[in-house]
Order: sequence, then C-alpha cells, then structure tokens
Amino acid sequence: MEATVTSHEHALDGGPGPMGGTYGKLMMWFFIVSDALTFSAFLAAYGFSRFKFVETWPIADEVFTHFPFLHGVEAPMYYVALMTFILIFSSVTMVLAVDAGHQLNKGKVAFYMLLTIVGGLIFLGSQAWEWKNFIKGEFGAIETKGGSILQFVDKEGERVALADFAAHLPKEREQLTKSKAFWFISEDPLPTYSVEEVMEGFKNHPDILVRTEQIVDKHKVVLSREESLKRMASAHYVVEGANLIRNEYGQKLFANFFFFITGFHGFHVFTGVLINIIIFFNVLLGTYEKRGSYEMVEKVGLYWHFVDLVWVFVFTFFYLV
Amino acid sequence: MAHAHESNTKRIWFVFGLLSVITIIEVAFGIVRPDFLFKTDFLKMNLLNWLFIILTIVKAYYIVWAFMHLEGEKKSLRTSIVAPLVFLILYLCFILLIEGDYIYDIFKTGTIKWNF
Repeated sequence: MEATVTSHEHALDGGPGPMGGTYGKLMMWFFIVSDALTFSAFLAAYGFSRFKFVETWPIADEVFTHFPFLHGVEAPMYYVALMTFILIFSSVTMVLAVDAGHQLNKGKVAFYMLLTIVGGLIFLGSQAWEWKNFIKGEFGAIETKGGSILQFVDKEGERVALADFAAHLPKEREQLTKSKAFWFISEDPLPTYSVEEVMEGFKNHPDILVRTEQIVDKHKVVLSREESLKRMASAHYVVEGANLIRNEYGQKLFANFFFFITGFHGFHVFTGVLINIIIFFNVLLGTYEKRGSYEMVEKVGLYWHFVDLVWVFVFTFFYLV
Repeated sequence: MAHAHESNTKRIWFVFGLLSVITIIEVAFGIVRPDFLFKTDFLKMNLLNWLFIILTIVKAYYIVWAFMHLEGEKKSLRTSIVAPLVFLILYLCFILLIEGDYIYDIFKTGTIKWNF
C-alpha cells in the first residue's frame, strides 16, 4: 500500500520532486527550454536566409560602426562588445544575489538585485541607441528597379554619403500632409534627396563609383565608372537608413531579422528587468526572509541568465560571423 | 539542497573573468580578421567562423553550468534540459542551412535571374 501513501513532507507544497528541483524551478526550466527553441528557430531562420543570399549579405562590420562620442570614427564591434560586457556583468551580480540568498543575507541580496536592474536598464538604453543609429543610417543608397541596393564609394573605396555629392535641384514635389489638406492621401516620408538629385550629383562627380551588394573574395564589388553609370540608369528609389521594407545596408531581410531578433531579445530583457524590480521590492519587504528561502531570486536569476545566454548567441551570429 | 549555505563567490568571479577573456578574444579576432583563418575554409565555412562558434559554445557552457547552476543539479534534470535542446537545435540548423544553401545554388545556376 505504500505506493498510495504520500509520506513525503513536500508532497503537496511543491517541494523537491524526482529531479531534485522544486515545482517552480522546474517550470522555469521548462519555460527556458521552450524559449531557447524559439530563439534557435529565429537564428536558424536567419542562417537560412543568409545562406540563401550568401553572396549579397551585408557585412556586419560595415553596418555597426558607431560608438558614443566618437563621431565619424569607424569603431566596428566595440559597442556591441561593451553591451555584451554589461549583460555578462549584470549576470554576475544576479548570481551573486542568488549566492547571498543562500546565506539568507537580505541586505546583500537587495544590493546585488539593484545592480542587476541597473545593468539591465543600461543594456536597454544601449540597444535603443544601436537601433537609432541603424534606423537613421549613415550614407544612404539607391535602390534599383530590380530591388538591389547601390552604395557609393570614392576612388580609394571609402564610403561616400549622398549628402556629399547630391545636387540641389529646384523642388517640384512637396510632402503631402494632412495639414496641407491632403487628408484623403497618405504617403511615406520623402527622402532628403530625390532620385534626380542623386543622379545629377553622380554625373557631376566623376570620382564617385557604385559599390554593389555582390561579395567577391570577402569584399563588396566596386564597379568601374562606365559600369556605374550604366547601373545608375536603373535607379528607382533613394534609401536612407532602415525600416521593415528596405534598408541602405543591402538585403531587405537583413534589417527585418535585425529588428525582429534583437527586438525580441530586448523585449525579454525588458520583462526581465520588470520581474527583477518586483522581486527586488519583495526582498526589501522581507517576503523571502519570512519564507526562510530566497528561491524566488534563484528562479528569476535563471531567467536573467537565459537572457544573457541568448545575447551571447545573437552577438556571435549577428556581429561576428 | 546540500550546497545551501556555502558561498560560491570565488567560482563566480573566475567564470566572469573567463567569459570576459573569451569575449575580448572574439572581438579582437573580429576586428583583425587574420587572413589565414578568414580565407581558409573547412566544411564550407571559414576557420574564423568555426572559432567564433566554438568560443560561443564554450561561453554558453559556462553560463549554463556555473551561473544557472546546472552543475549542482541532479543528472536527470541536466540531461532532460540539455539533451532535447542539443538534438533539436542541431536538427533545425541541419535542415534550414542545407535548404538555404540549396536555394542559393538554384539562384546561381538556374535560368531565372533574380537580382538585377
């Protein structure tokens, strides 16, 4: 009859089960496993699209080159490396909070939780700045009728911004807005330069060449002046920065994956910060001290480390590889 | 919870140091991109990318084992978390990447011109 008798002291309160973890901890692990698969699917889909367009995919080093207070200086990777450090460090403070929880040291737990929250907020701010730069763009590009992106370089192969060479023609086209009584139409914001202005400027500057999306021997192909003029004949649209439809960096899918994957990760960081704040206040109120166990800190800790873990992979596949 | 009251701070700082060093190595290689790694292919991928992916997995191992404290859990829990993930992720990558490469070949060698 022993099988039907529950003599285990934790049988009804969710104490350690067969796997040695409490109910709450196991559920957190279940969630993390399923969420890890979601992120894997996103990154694998990114890999799929990249393999599909492997010869024309943007080079990450040329896209993410900004660093705060260093204007015009090319600093590839430094900024994301900094973000990685911030997140790893906030993971360390989290695990220190869990460690202090094991010693039932309320003050220390609260202090490390606070540091973790601050780290999370700094990371979110950094990501917002990264998005701002990505959306704003730096050089601008031309989209052809066929949908490929043409970028501009000088004779040395350095990138040239549209603003540096576009001509200023008398404007015959104004942005239609509701305030100008065009309430029945809506349109996307017009780019700073029209296609004609870029064309005119391109013809007037014989030094400027077109750089295509094609990668040969690890570098984007730069066309000769004659070929450049030929390609420019099919110019169709001026692209500045990035949105979900087109971006100046190249492949349209690149920006979509960037927004979606880093956005989804950022959303995880955001919810992680919120949950951390709730637990932080619970620690201050002494909820877990009365309970005699800081396991709740351990559980949100698991989530927070998971967010860090995902970032490690996003960092590799978006910025390094 | 046999480990309930002992402190692991030393291990935590060791892992933090290790993760930092690995990240610095990754970033250094990412900026320099030495040709002998970047232009040598192994299984259709260059050695530099292999290096990045291996270092990432090392980092992931330390985060999961030390920070998420899987090293202190029962073997049954460890296996039931890691085994499905490893299998499913490898499987997912295997199908999607091979399919992506196949479509790339079709675009390249097929008669339809897609980018003009």
